Amino acid sequence: MNGLFKDYEVGDFFDEMFSAPGVVRPHYELLARRFREMDPGEFERKRELAEKSYLNQGITFTVYSGDEGTERIFPFDLIPRIIPAREWEHVERGLIQRLTALNMFLHDVYHEQRILREKIIPEEIILGAKHFRPELMGFDVPRDIYIHICGTDLIRDRQGVYTVLEDNGRCPSGVSYVLENRQAMKRVFPKLFSKYSVRPVDRYTQDLLAALRYVAPHENPDPTVVVLTPGIYNSAYFEHSFLARSMGIEIVTGSDLVVKDARVFMKTTKGLKQVDVIYRRIDDDFIDPTVFRKDSVLGVPGIMEAYRKGNVNLANAIGTGVADDKVTYYYVPRMIKFYLGEDPILPNVETYLTADDSDRKYVLENLDKLVVKAANESGGYGMIIGPQATKEQIEKFRQAIQADPRGYIAQPVISLSRCPSFCDGRTEGRHIDLRPYILSGEKISIIPGGLTRVALRKGSLVVNSSQGGGSKDTWVLDEDMAPEAAVSDGQSQSQGPVSVN
Amino acid sequence: MLSRVADSCFWLSRYIERAETNARILDVNMQLMLDFEDQTALSIQQHWQPVLATLEDQELFSKIHDAVTPDTVMDFVTFEKRNPNAIYSCISIARENARTVREQISSEMWEQLNRTFLYLRDGRAKADFYDSPIDFYRRLVDQLHAFQGTTDATMTHGEGWDFIQIGKYLERADSTSRVLDMKYHILLPSGEQVGGHVDITQWMAVLRSCSGLEAYLKSYVGQVSGWQVAEFLILHDQFPRSIRFCVDNLDTSLHRISGCEKNHFSTEAERLSGLLRSNLDYTTIGSVFQTGLHQFLDQTQLRLNEIADAIRKTYCQWMDE
Repeated sequence: MNGLFKDYEVGDFFDEMFSAPGVVRPHYELLARRFREMDPGEFERKRELAEKSYLNQGITFTVYSGDEGTERIFPFDLIPRIIPAREWEHVERGLIQRLTALNMFLHDVYHEQRILREKIIPEEIILGAKHFRPELMGFDVPRDIYIHICGTDLIRDRQGVYTVLEDNGRCPSGVSYVLENRQAMKRVFPKLFSKYSVRPVDRYTQDLLAALRYVAPHENPDPTVVVLTPGIYNSAYFEHSFLARSMGIEIVTGSDLVVKDARVFMKTTKGLKQVDVIYRRIDDDFIDPTVFRKDSVLGVPGIMEAYRKGNVNLANAIGTGVADDKVTYYYVPRMIKFYLGEDPILPNVETYLTADDSDRKYVLENLDKLVVKAANESGGYGMIIGPQATKEQIEKFRQAIQADPRGYIAQPVISLSRCPSFCDGRTEGRHIDLRPYILSGEKISIIPGGLTRVALRKGSLVVNSSQGGGSKDTWVLDEDMAPEAAVSDGQSQSQGPVSVN
Repeated sequence: MLSRVADSCFWLSRYIERAETNARILDVNMQLMLDFEDQTALSIQQHWQPVLATLEDQELFSKIHDAVTPDTVMDFVTFEKRNPNAIYSCISIARENARTVREQISSEMWEQLNRTFLYLRDGRAKADFYDSPIDFYRRLVDQLHAFQGTTDATMTHGEGWDFIQIGKYLERADSTSRVLDMKYHILLPSGEQVGGHVDITQWMAVLRSCSGLEAYLKSYVGQVSGWQVAEFLILHDQFPRSIRFCVDNLDTSLHRISGCEKNHFSTEAERLSGLLRSNLDYTTIGSVFQTGLHQFLDQTQLRLNEIADAIRKTYCQWMDE
């Protein structure tokens, strides 16, 4: 009985676990052996156990429909994604390089704008970006760090090459799932877990706190740090409160804060207490109704004045949205070359700018073959996948691109790598991506692995939770193989390839 | 501590306590009904009406139901979402408050409360209720006790914990006074005498509603009497549901929060709680009955409300700015 992986189809994709039908990659061998002992019934029971623990802990997001919101858990798939040490080392170097360049870029565009003057990036692209904040020209952020927390989405193409899909430099979410998924896996597969030497992830919240403390105004050695949330009805509220709890700091809403004399205070039972660093999970637009959106009830009136006077610091900085604009993304490899004089370690996905005349011509002629994305949307919204789109959708995007060429980009459809996932009682290949969380404090540090999102709908390429996505635990191995399954040069030694048919 | 957090701890705790009180009242009333052989429609109505009077929910009830029957009252007080004081609503409000202070309370507390909520929401509760209402209410009370125990055992006994104590003891003092007052609303069937068989059974039910029958029997030897039950539930200094015990603990938590020495006051809330505490310390059941039990309990409820208002003014005034 070969249990879970019987009849598994690798398909015409890069599969994380199988290098060919029935041939397990070396770093998955131990897992394959353990899982083959299990029948789908046992696996299903384990899955229910994990799901129940998520529900009891309230690890849910809220979906609004009808009169009351329903709380759903973010589906969790028990088959982990495993990344060998050497592979991860490469990814890590690439991400550090990328975030270093992005922070230099943000400093530059809010100061000298060398990169625009030297025409590496067309001026109008940046100055016309939706999230460029001219209010902050010439403003110095503490320690020159703009993006303190970055979630860069990576995918692997058909050859397995790690490629950057986008940078989330505003309020990337999802890290709580990384930490909770790990807990769940340890609970459900304690033996298997202990056989692999997996790099731990639970330092993340301490590293995050250290990074936030490091950027306190005036290098204050003992700052008061808080998490600012839109409130319990926000779909990511669980994460906000989880992070505050894990760091041992207060979580506040806009109405808990008040600005007096250009300083920010929180309202406590003992009176007002000054706040130094705010990890804000509210977008720029909503943070201060006196400066940005007037109708925002989530923010804190006057907070921008306190920020500009250097009395409070915000993470991420105001105005980082210009760096995660999808048109700016196109230029990141050039940025790396410009600021660091290096070649990018992690490539971008091939991208067409509809703002460019010849690119636009090509895009408009090939809409049915390309993925088109709005430059400033996220969460799987504002995009179409040409081959899967209806004629009407394609026409809608054609008109939108013609009306606002700066507002879109296009990319070829990439066949994301797949990983075996448990769906409807059997194991099938599903597309995945990877979002590592990168912290920029005294130095840049990256959570080993990150959030592997999986598109659980058959054939789907969209991994977002709002679109039927789930997640997996991500195991970065300490050494390339656990001793029992030691291999050299990626070739299996003693046992030969594990056959699963 | 953030004012909003203090406020949420307070209400989280009040609603847990309120849910527990409701479950006990229904459990006891259900059992009491089984003790009586005479079950005409009228007597059943007279039996359940006081529950609604005690919880001050009559008006809403009559909008939703035509007749007072055991089923309608129990459903209204247990599962009715439109009733903000129904057990389901209390647990749901307590949970919403807990959600806003999850980083302040322990994960164990949250999970315990969340499990109770999911149990009530998922239909398992209704199935258990139809199997045996008495077992269902017991199980619910057990779960809420588990929450209290978890709170004591896993949460730092700091400011947040003290606000939880304040919410609990304020609500509990209020509940005990209401349960005691319930006897005032219960009519003795015609032909029954004060001190007679039915009267005594009813007083014993009042004690059971406060989990106090066994403790009472240890303190008072002999026949159960209304006079002594009232003394026990109002003035006993060690029984954890007596009004005096609750006010004493409430007062202690208030002083711990402010750091003010006991028997002194630094806030209006402390002044009012100290005043009520010393009244209860130095009054006798004789003078309570002289005022009239019902009037005395009414006044006590008013004074508890004043304390709650003063606490809000002292610690949460910033919230309204």
